[in-house]
Amino acid sequence: MTEETTLAAIQAQSMPRLIIRRLFKHRLAGLAIASLLTLVLFAVFASLSPYSPTDQTPSNSFQRPNSEHWFGTDELGRDIFTRILFGGRVSLAVGLISTFLSISLGVVIGALAGYFGGWTDSILMRVTDAFLTFPTIFVLIILGAFLREQPLPWLKNSVIVVIIIIAALSWMWPARLVRSLFLVIREREFVNATRALGGSHARIILSHILPNCIGPILVSGTLQMASAIITESGLSYLGFGVQPPTPTWGSILATAQTHVFRAPWLAFYPGAMIFITVMAINYIGDGLRDAFDPYVIHTGK
Amino acid sequence: MRTYALRRVLQTIPILLIISILLFFLVRAAPGGPLSAARRNPNISLEQIEVLEEKLGLNDPLPVQYWRWLSGMLRGDLGDSIKFHRPVLEMIGERIPNTLLLVGVSFGITLLVAIPLGVLSARRPYSLFDYTTTTITFMGQSLPVYWLGLGLIVIFYVVLKNPFTGEPFFPGGGLNSVGREGDIPDMLWHLVLPVVALSLGWIAWYSRFLRSSMLDVLHEDYVRTARAKGARENVVYYKHAFRNAILPLVTLIALDLPSLFAGALFVETIFSWPGIGRLFWDAARGRDYPVLLGVVMIDAVLIITANILADLAYGWLDPQVKYD
Repeated sequence: MTEETTLAAIQAQSMPRLIIRRLFKHRLAGLAIASLLTLVLFAVFASLSPYSPTDQTPSNSFQRPNSEHWFGTDELGRDIFTRILFGGRVSLAVGLISTFLSISLGVVIGALAGYFGGWTDSILMRVTDAFLTFPTIFVLIILGAFLREQPLPWLKNSVIVVIIIIAALSWMWPARLVRSLFLVIREREFVNATRALGGSHARIILSHILPNCIGPILVSGTLQMASAIITESGLSYLGFGVQPPTPTWGSILATAQTHVFRAPWLAFYPGAMIFITVMAINYIGDGLRDAFDPYVIHTGK
Repeated sequence: MRTYALRRVLQTIPILLIISILLFFLVRAAPGGPLSAARRNPNISLEQIEVLEEKLGLNDPLPVQYWRWLSGMLRGDLGDSIKFHRPVLEMIGERIPNTLLLVGVSFGITLLVAIPLGVLSARRPYSLFDYTTTTITFMGQSLPVYWLGLGLIVIFYVVLKNPFTGEPFFPGGGLNSVGREGDIPDMLWHLVLPVVALSLGWIAWYSRFLRSSMLDVLHEDYVRTARAKGARENVVYYKHAFRNAILPLVTLIALDLPSLFAGALFVETIFSWPGIGRLFWDAARGRDYPVLLGVVMIDAVLIITANILADLAYGWLDPQVKYD
């Protein structure tokens, strides 16, 4: 084998392809991706269910799980399986969008603070630290309870409110992470070289430093998404998240608690869905961390 | 160090001001106002509401009301609850011991279980014990506390009964059984399920943290030095490595405080445990804004204080840390 062909073989493996291949070699991460994709497909095709997630047939209430209603029915006779499918739409969408927002904001703030340092850094980090000392759950509940009631039409949709408040109280973690990465990478030789060649700040940040941060950012994104889903469900469970009649895993769980004596089995399904989703996302994060780590030896475990 | 502490304390003032302004105006800008519940009550006439509004100063411009609330707060007066007509500070004071009991017992158990788990699985990484612990704690981290709490109620209160008496194994909520208020054994009995619900996720999180912290420390030069001078493996492990691995825990716990409060709020809500979290949840449902704002401000002060103390403690534990 000549030197050229080895080089060609290495070059043929683009970075994303390499990462994806290494990710699927992580057996649990592969399994987690498969389960998450299944959940997404179920959520996307939720409307194929013969039942409506919101129409009430009280005569049909509190059925035990059976061949017609796989997960049983709730106090208003609604099919729990269907409601869980539709609830998955909300949970996954809230998780994905709020994570995207929080990571974007965090990357911008962290990159500016880490790259420019000095005054920019100390002001931005002071704000970040201030947000970190917020008593998060209490502020989330107040925002969830009162933001909806403000005289602003676009805040009437409780799903949008939940997405905004979760993003607004979670961008600090990626901001700190990106800042610390920038502090290290900006001192590296290739950055100095670009600067010496007259590269603009924007060019150095966007095409030289940021691509080197993708791994840790993606890993922290999975953590953020897992915690966003837990927070959304928790808020909806407490009654300050997504409002009825929109079904969510959290609000189905709250109904289950109200009727815990009539139908104790109701409590199982929505929580199990949250648990499985969050665990799958966490395993993907674990796999990503290994896939991006050049020192991990891949034994296929 | 004293100037450092002083500067940190001074820095908290703008943070507290920003939190208080944002939340006050948000809560008070909602249409209907704090008396919307009273307005819907057919037993209260419009005249009475007007009298109440005048008495509570709700007709003044919002900045004036904010100033009144803020200056009251500085004198230690958080106002009166709209629903219970009692001083907010007094209501919070009644609930704090219950929350401290729940959180304190849960946290103590967490450390007692998590530290040995983390240290032992780092002792023999990739052994069967480590693999089992890592898998279980990974699951524990993904377990939502509200589902766990509800599950415990379903299993130990609703479904399973003591075969001899037909009674549930554990109470489903509350601080005491009816008619046994102040009875300590009865209260401990009520504490079991909430503590289990609260500590399981914490144990998972802290044991994972301690495992990776131990593994990090074991790569340090001073560990190699200790081994090179012939120290026994147990001494290297528990004397040299463990002490340093546990240091970051101080900062972590302070940073975690907001999420620790969050867990307590869920558990208190599920188990009707009369603590701060439950008080806050009830107040949020009843839009009792003086209680809401009071609890948030007190918690913000607690979290900031804990962070400053953690920073100072870190400097005391690790002489390498310099305060500028």
